[in-house]
This record gives sequence, structure tokens and C-alpha cells, in this order.
Amino acid sequence: MQTQVAPSSLASVAGNRQARVPGSELLGTGLETRGVHAWFGTKHVLSDVSLDFAAGTVTALIGPSGCGKSTFLRTLNRMHEFIPTAAMAGQVLLDGKDIYAPGTDVTKIRLNVGMVFQKPNPFPSMTIGQNVLSGLKLAQIKRSDTDELLETCLERAGLWSEVKDRLNEHGGALSGGQQQRLCIARSLAVSPQVLLMDEPCSALDPGSTFRIEQTISELAKTMTIVIVTHNMQQAARVSDYTAFFLSDGGPGAMIEAAPTSKIFSSPVDKRTEDYVTGRFG
Amino acid sequence: MLIFAAILISFIVIKLTGLDGKLGFLSTLFIVSTLLIFIQQWRLRDKAAAKDSLLSSFALLGMIMTVIPIVSIVYTVVIKGYKGIHFGMFINDMSLNSVNDPIKDGGLLHALVGTIIMVGGALVISFPIGVLTALYLTEIRGKLSRPIKFLVQAMSGVPSIVAGLFILSSLVYPVTKSLSGMMGSFALSILMIPTIARTSEEMLRLIPQELREAGVALGGTQWRTVAGVILPAARSGLVTAIILGMARIIGETAPLLLVSGGGDSLNFNPTSGAMGSLPYYIWKSFLTGGTEEAFARAWGGLLVLLAFIFILFGLARFISGRKGN
Repeated sequence: MQTQVAPSSLASVAGNRQARVPGSELLGTGLETRGVHAWFGTKHVLSDVSLDFAAGTVTALIGPSGCGKSTFLRTLNRMHEFIPTAAMAGQVLLDGKDIYAPGTDVTKIRLNVGMVFQKPNPFPSMTIGQNVLSGLKLAQIKRSDTDELLETCLERAGLWSEVKDRLNEHGGALSGGQQQRLCIARSLAVSPQVLLMDEPCSALDPGSTFRIEQTISELAKTMTIVIVTHNMQQAARVSDYTAFFLSDGGPGAMIEAAPTSKIFSSPVDKRTEDYVTGRFG
Repeated sequence: MLIFAAILISFIVIKLTGLDGKLGFLSTLFIVSTLLIFIQQWRLRDKAAAKDSLLSSFALLGMIMTVIPIVSIVYTVVIKGYKGIHFGMFINDMSLNSVNDPIKDGGLLHALVGTIIMVGGALVISFPIGVLTALYLTEIRGKLSRPIKFLVQAMSGVPSIVAGLFILSSLVYPVTKSLSGMMGSFALSILMIPTIARTSEEMLRLIPQELREAGVALGGTQWRTVAGVILPAARSGLVTAIILGMARIIGETAPLLLVSGGGDSLNFNPTSGAMGSLPYYIWKSFLTGGTEEAFARAWGGLLVLLAFIFILFGLARFISGRKGN
């Protein structure tokens, strides 16, 4: 069964790239997973995934529906636990420490590993400004420079120029793409090292998708990004590394992970080649 | 054109048959105009359009049948009640007057104050309990969810007199040994909690799961997410729960007769002494009077109660909509 690449092969390539990331020492040493399994009830949905995400890189998770890529993403910040029957095994190491270790404060993990969801979900009771800063309130973080933070986050999410005069309007007044960038700004406000994105553009039009992809490229300079996408062109455009997931009817597994250009030009596994060339999926 | 034809045909039909009177005319008019529109649509367009027109007619009928009783009640209360309204009624109570005295003597200040205190008290007790119950059912979803849901449903069917008897036998007789406004609030709470719990539960279920996930993914604990995101998002729904809860109890007479007594004098203290209420005032005026004056008093009380409810609901809608979307 050649369903895995050695974690080290990915890490070594990642290491090369990390060298040209300015200020990457601030990013920590990235995220690693060791033998991650996941279950919903008694259904085994994800089998033995070991994958490294080097600091300052963008990794795309691709694969057909039901292959476990979203489930895998949600194990990376313990959002998987949010579903009542969910269980997992294996290790997820953030800066070398297992986020599932007993005694770990799960809210702290989610501050370090932020998440953007498939559907834009700004908080309806809050204004645009309050939405961006809502993480501080939820995690009870005290900061005095909230005005600066607000501007920085919206700037990084590529939304500042569009909303700077309407910070007191409700988030629902924005377009879908703007709402999604607002959600990105919201997750940036608690300064995560890693940002997980679960098909962030699947509910958006091509123009908005383009803006989000620009944002992702900007953000990758200062943080580690893992993005689940159904759109292979998107994976090719935004990511440094790509991991291909597949389920053969049983639990989903990672088939192949490599630098994105390699996955799309000369994949090792036949199934990866079939998928990226559009023969199925 | 069609409507004139319908009126004409209906007129002829009721003259030829025995269906005389307003109701007969209106029912005939409805049937005739529905048929005429149906035929017209069939001829001008097709069968599907004709069926559509039939459905529209019945929807209109349903709407009219809902509106008629409401309009009729409000109309009757206003027409009969305005004679009982005078300025003095808002500054006097009935401690020195009987219901058969001239309408300008005495007033219902004590009843208005009693209703405000007891309904307010019931709201203060029921709202937190009701919302917490709803949060248990929607957010915690513990093992007891099913039995609690069943219990809340069963409780909403409790007759109001039972709520009164329960407080009477569990608190008034063994503990306080006297009637008071607070006991009235307790009895009303028993009726109000299920309404608030059920309505809040439905409103909280309408909040998309994505918002809960977003709150937790931002490093919020479950409770901070509920307090900071879920409850504010459900605010207008919770105001609806309050409105329905108040609507459930504001007209209750029976339990208050048992536990808060029927005071005729102004009493601001909910912990001691009998306390009047608007429904009690109306009931007493209708039942113990018998003169023109007493009936005018009762209808006047009804008008005040109705106006009070409208003001409360308007206020609640204003508060929930002010910062809303």
C-alpha cells in the first residue's frame, strides 16, 4: 500500500522554501501530523494521515467529495471535536507540541490555528468593526490598540479600502466575497500562526474568488495556510504544496503529497494523475 | 366588471332562495365571484391559471376569516369601552367606591399597577429560566433533553387554575399564609415559562450552526460563544418569546383570584397584601355590578388592557428592531 509519502520528504522541500520567507522565525516551526485517524460514530472516515506543513507555506488539500480532506482539516484545530460523535487518534504537533495532549487548553489551540469556513459567516448582530474584533471578546484578550488592529486585519484581508468608511454598518450589508474577506480579517485579529480554510471560495463568484486568492498569497508571507479546495486550478494557483486525498469506499487516506508543480506535472501515483488530469472526481 | 356581475348575481340568488341577510349575501358573493374568476381565467388563459385563481380565492377567504374576529373584537371593545374612559380612572382606585357608583368615581390605577407588577415579576422569573431551558435543549443537548422537552410541552398545556392551585397549596398555605402579588407572579410564571422556553428554543434552532462553529473557532468557549454570538443573533426572536409569554398570562384571572386576591386599593408592595389586576377588575365589574355604570367600567377596563398590550408589544418590537438588521 503506497498511500503515504514519508513526512520528511515534504518537510525537506518545505525547508528550502522557508529560507526565503522574511521573518519566518516568528511563525513557529509549523504544523505536523502523525498517523491521524478520524471517526464519526463507528464509521472510520480518515486513515493514518501523516503530513507536515512548514511555516510560511500554503498547502492545498484536494480530492473528490467524501475523501476526508475537510475532516482532516478540522482535526488540525480540534474543531473535529465539535461534532458530538466524532473521535480521532494520532498526533497533531504545533511547534512540536501535541495539541491533543491531556491538559491542553483547546481555546488556546484555536487562537493559534484559525479557521475560515465554506460559507461566509459574519456575526449578524455585530457591525463590520465589531466582527473583526469579535475574537478578542470571545477569547477575552485585552488589547489597547484595537483601532490599529482593526485596520491591520482588514488591510491584510484586502478589505480595508472597501469598508473603512462603513465600519459601523452590519456585516450582512457586504457582498458574499466581502463577507468572506471579513471572516478572514476576523480570524487574523487573534494573530494565529496557522490559518485553515475549508473551501473558502466555493460559495463565491470568480471575481471574489480572485480577490480571496490574492489575499491568501499576501497572508502566506506571514503565516502557514492549509486550504481545502475542490478547484484544482485554485490549488495550482495558490499553493506551494498539494496533498491528494482519496477514499476507495473505506476511510479516506492521503495518497500523495508533494510540491504543487510536481503533483500537477509528474505525480507518482496513478490515481493522483487520473484525478488531476480530470479523468475522475 | 367581474365584481359588479358577482354582486348582481349574488343579489338575485339570495332574493330567489331563502339565504337572506348579510352573512348569506357575503357567502354567496364569495362563491359566485370565485366561480366567475375561475371561468374567466380558464377562458382567457388555461386550466392551470384557473386552478391558481381558485387557490388565491381560498387564501383570501382564509385571510378575511382571520382578520374579521380581530377587527371585530377591537371594534367592539373600542366602541363600548370609550364611554368608560375618563382621566380620573388613571389616578384613583376602587377602595372607596363600588362598581355601581357613577363612572366618574373611582378608577383602575390599582389594577393597572397590580398587572404591571405581577406580569413584570413573572417575566423576571420566567425569562431566565425559559431561556436557560432553551439553551440546554439547543446548545448543551444533554441526556435529559428529551424528557425536558416533553415536560415543557406538557407544562404548556397546564390549565391556569391548576397553576394557581399549585402555588396556593405549595406556598400560600404552608409558607406565607397570606395572599400577595408575589404569589401571583409565581403562579403566572408557571404558565409563562413553557411558552418562553418553547419559543426561545425554536428561535435558537434558527441560528445557523456555522455561527456556533465560527465562535468556537475564534477561541471562544461554548458559554462565551453563546453569550457573545448566539444570544445577540437571536435577540429579536427572544423578544418574540417575551411577547408570546406575556400574551399568555396578561389576561389570566383565575390563578390571580386564588393567590393574589382581588385588591381594590392601590398596593405597590408585591410581598404583602392583596393585589388587584386588570382582568380581575374587569371580571368584578361584570359580575358583581349589573348597572349601566358597572358595564361601562368593565368595557373601559378591557379597552385599557387592550391598549396596554398593544403598547407593550409595540415597545418590544421597537427595542428588538432598533439595532437590528
